[in-house]
Formats: sequence, C-alpha cells, structure tokens
Amino acid sequence: MNTFTRFQIAALLTASLFVQNSQANNEWSGSVGAEWQAFRHDSSNDEQSQNYLSIVFKPEYVHEWNDGQHQLLFSGFARLNNNNENQTHLDIRELYWNYASDSWEIRTGIRKVFWGVTESQHLVDIINQTDGVERFDGEEKLGQPMINIAYIQDWGTLDFFVLPGFRERSFPSEDARLRPPFILDNDDATYDSSLERKNVDLALRYSHYLGDWDFGISHFYGNSREPRIVSGNGGLYPHYDLIHQTGVDVQATIESWLWKFEGIHRSGMADNYFAATFGLEYSFFDIQSSGVDLGIVAEYLYDERGNEASTPFEDDSLIGLRLALNDEQSTEALLGIIVDNEGDGNVLNLEASRRIGDSFKINLEASLFFDGDVNDQLYAFQKDDYAQLTLSYFY
Amino acid sequence: MNKTNFALCVLLILPLSGFAQTSEEKGLEIVMEADKRDNGWGDVKTEAVMTLRNAHGESSVRKNRSKILEVKDDGDKSLIIFDTPTDIKGTAFLSHTHALKSDDQWLFLPSLKRVKRVSSSNKSGPFLGSEFAYEDLSSQEVEKYSYNYIKDEAVDGRDAFVIERFPQYKKSGYKRQIVWMDKEYYQPLKIDFYDRKNAALKTLTFHEYKQYLDQYWRPSRMEMKNHQTKKSTTLTWEKYDFRTGLKKRDFDKNSLKRAR
Repeated sequence: MNTFTRFQIAALLTASLFVQNSQANNEWSGSVGAEWQAFRHDSSNDEQSQNYLSIVFKPEYVHEWNDGQHQLLFSGFARLNNNNENQTHLDIRELYWNYASDSWEIRTGIRKVFWGVTESQHLVDIINQTDGVERFDGEEKLGQPMINIAYIQDWGTLDFFVLPGFRERSFPSEDARLRPPFILDNDDATYDSSLERKNVDLALRYSHYLGDWDFGISHFYGNSREPRIVSGNGGLYPHYDLIHQTGVDVQATIESWLWKFEGIHRSGMADNYFAATFGLEYSFFDIQSSGVDLGIVAEYLYDERGNEASTPFEDDSLIGLRLALNDEQSTEALLGIIVDNEGDGNVLNLEASRRIGDSFKINLEASLFFDGDVNDQLYAFQKDDYAQLTLSYFY
Repeated sequence: MNKTNFALCVLLILPLSGFAQTSEEKGLEIVMEADKRDNGWGDVKTEAVMTLRNAHGESSVRKNRSKILEVKDDGDKSLIIFDTPTDIKGTAFLSHTHALKSDDQWLFLPSLKRVKRVSSSNKSGPFLGSEFAYEDLSSQEVEKYSYNYIKDEAVDGRDAFVIERFPQYKKSGYKRQIVWMDKEYYQPLKIDFYDRKNAALKTLTFHEYKQYLDQYWRPSRMEMKNHQTKKSTTLTWEKYDFRTGLKKRDFDKNSLKRAR
C-alpha cells in the first residue's frame, strides 16, 4: 500500500501544479449496482452459501486542463458482499496523470492497460494483476502503479512501461463459490526475485495498424501475474516466478469478418512454453432491415503444456453468438460455449443486458459447467452452476 | 471521315453540348459545386443532442461531442465521445472515412480500457437506436453516389435543385435518395430515403442554417421521420467551433483512449 500512497501523492501534487492553468474541466460520474448471485446446487462446503447479495460502487473522476493536454483520472472500485468475505474489498483501479504532446504521452500513476484482440482468454494482456475474488474468469483486473511513456510516430506507437509495486493476485476466501478446492494466502507467497514484491517489472510494446490490419508486439520481464501453485510446508502456497513473456496480437478487419490471433512465449515458469488463441468473427448486420445484428464468434485455444497447463484451456474451442438489437434500450446478449476438445469439461455462458429508462441497466449472467473430468481445472466448478442479476444506476 | 472533318465536327458539336447537358451531368455539377463551396473548413468541434421518439410519443435523449478533421483527397476523420445515456458515458468512436474503400473504425470501451477495431460494414444499421443510420451521419463524399438532376422546386419558400442520388458503396440500406439542395447555401434542405425495395422509408429535413467563417452553412437542427415505423429523431447541433487547431494526431488510437 506504501507504493500506492506515494503514487497518489505524486499524481495529486503534479495535478495541483497545473490546476491553476487556463480553463479546467472536471467531472464525477460512475455507477452503483445491486447484485444477486444464485447457485443451482447446494454447496459441498459448510462455509459456502447458495445465494450471495452484494453492492458495487464504481466512482470515476476526470479533471482536464490545457484543452485536454493534461488529465487527472480516477476510477475506484468497492464491493460489499453478504456471504463472501474476500469479495468485500476496495481498490483503486486508476489514479493517474496523463500528459499528451504531439509525439509523446506520459501516463504516471495507477492504471489499467489492456492488450489483445480475442474474447475467450487474454494471453497477451499482462500488465495488470487479475482480481481473483471478483470473477472466476479473470476478466476483472487490479490497478497497477506505473510510468508509461508512449512514443507516437507515423510508423506506430512504442510504449515503455516501468512497473513498480507488484500486485499479488487476490484469492477467494473459503466462503466463496467458483473457487479452486484449496485456499491460498499471499502471506505464504514466495518469489523468484530477491526483491520479491518490490521487484520493478518492465514492459515494451510496439503497436500499429496498416489498412485492415491492427497488430502489436510486446515483451514483459518481471514477476509473473499468474502464480504457480506449489506444495510444501504442509500446504499449498502461491509462487511468483520471474518471467519473460513475448506476445503478438493481430486482427484483420475485412468487410464483416474479424480474423484474430494472439500468441505468447513464456519462460521462467517451470518449462518454457507457447500458447495461442486463434479467432474469427462474422457479423450479419441490420438483418432484414430490422436493425438487429447477429455475430458468430469462433476461437481455438491452445497451450503447448497440454494437461500440465496452468489454465483449463489447453485444447479448447469457443463457439459464440452475439446478438445486438440496436434498439433504444441497447439490448444485447452473448451466448457462448467453451468445449474441451479432449472431452475434459465444458462451460456454457450467457450474458445479456438492457437499459431501463435513461440511467439504469439490468445485466443477466449465467454459467453452466458440465461433463468435467476430475483432472481438468474446471472440475472444481462442477457444482457451481449459477445465475446472476445486476441492477445498476449510472450517474 | 478524315482528321480535318472530324475536328470540324467536334468544333460544331462542342457549343451545343453545353445546352444538351444530360441530367446526370447537371446533377454531378451541382454536387461538385456544393463540395467546392464546402472545402477548406479545416476542423470542427461540435456538441449534439439526439432526441428519439417512438410511435407512442415517448422520448429519450443522447448527448455526444465530436471532433472532425477535414482530409484532402480522402474522407474526413472523426472522433465521437458519448456523454449520455450515462451507461455508455466515456465510450468513444474513431472513424477514418474513405470515399469508396471501407472506413477504418475503432471503439473505446471505458470499463475494459479496451480499444477494439470494428467492422465498418454496418452502414444501414441504426446509430444508437435512433432513426439515423450510420451511413446518414458519415462523411458525404461526391464519389459515394451517382446523381441525376430532376427539376427545380422550392422547400418552404427556399429555391432548391432536386437531385436523385444512388449509393455506389456496398451495403447501403437505400436504393435511392432524393435531395433538395438549397440554391443559395448549396446544402440539403430535405432528403427522402427509399429502402432497398424502393418503398418510401424516411424523410430528413434541415432547419435553421447558420453561416460560419463567412462561408460554411450548417443546420442547427435536423429532423428524421421514419414513415414505416412512425418513429422520429431530432438531432440538435448545440455548437460548431471551426478551426480549433485539431491535427491528425488527435484522431489516432492514443487519443481515442484518452477521449473524455
């Protein structure tokens, strides 16, 4: 937390230096949501529940001056859950100062950075730690302290990242569902780096687009965001390896087709390995002049380590349907199934949302886990079929 | 016919062809004049409010801000930032338009901090659930249509050329459009849209034109009525700031990420 405080102070001080300058713009916005998560089966563990209620608060603040050349951005996160101890948590997702000039941008503070193009998993995306108590699918990220300098030229953008203040992955408490069968604690964590969590991680990314092609090449050196689960001292504990990861992401956008590729090579985490996601998406736009769009998504997930992989997706396929009514309420739905090609377990996901009035939105989410093999990581969720309803107010 | 005779014939016909201008030529001539008069505005920042009304008279409002950069010999570049409805606040849309080649488009999703390249094949779909299709709001290049001058006809007391135009780009939702082009402003006063089956679909009217930089006419309000669904959308332009000094760099993926 010390690093955080330093960054906050640095960002705020810098901001206050420029604040007096010319006309400034500032604004608060955000959302408050109420969420109900219900599980189909009773839990196998006494600590766990069948129903969870929570309240989520996501405040945002933007302060701009010098016609947007300087920006101070904040985005916070807070959740209160009635039956899930660790999910009741606070985080600063973003608090940074962004300075933009013709060929440079400097972004200093806590940020979220996304790299990649595919939908089923995000191999290349490595800057931010996963907020493991929020979602089982890794889609929610913790804020990462950084200095990011972007050098912007006609031939593309070069991003340099210096990442002090490593964030450990947050782990679900015993009362949570959708968690591995064991409980991990970062107090037991071990590191490759002698500096442990004080290791300053580094990353470099080149990205550009040429016609229909958008692409990025990146390299990361530092504490692995993904811990290796190691046994010893009478239990399991997380170990953060010092890794090198090179990543490539490409998307070709040709007429109604999107062709996608993400590939990584990682070394330093036991054996070196290669993993990739191949994807394509085709959209039928404005079907029969109804305004409705229907997209078909197909992705193949590969991990060279096979069954030894640290993710459940070593030889899996995603087939999905994306529906957008493009109506006044922006009604949308995404239905997807991830099938293990070796028959070790499948997940069916549904996400749907619709605006109510001008400021409310309702989200429905459901997952079914079936045909799992004891040796597949998804087996842990076998009894965790769930549906989740969220009503959010945006201001 | 020897060369001398041929040259003589050409000389004889030339002055006549000026009078015998075809309706296609006249249509194109008017549109090119409109394009010429609207050249050189450089860049503009606007604020717009869209009011959507359904057949029962219920309405909802969408606010957005745009920046547009004029690009010589190509389509314009634009960046739209959505302010309301509040659930899409902070979403931004970057478009590098082209006359006939498909546009390059990116969407910034603020909750994921993700920039997505999106397909620009969706021309005819509704923009934010409104009666405006994407193609109604994109940069209007001369090459996008073929033209046919029909007649002169006044709209609400203003003299106008009536021109029929046919989309030449792929995936348009229209078979044709009829445009009433103001003879003084060289800007449209009214457009009738016909769907792919050639049935009357929508009518767009332009109101309260104002002149900027002593040259460029812009409407303060646009009314789109859908005859088939009875829904309508009012698009009000609250502000036009010309020549604010925007550059190519303000329309790249880095600026899309920090668009607020």
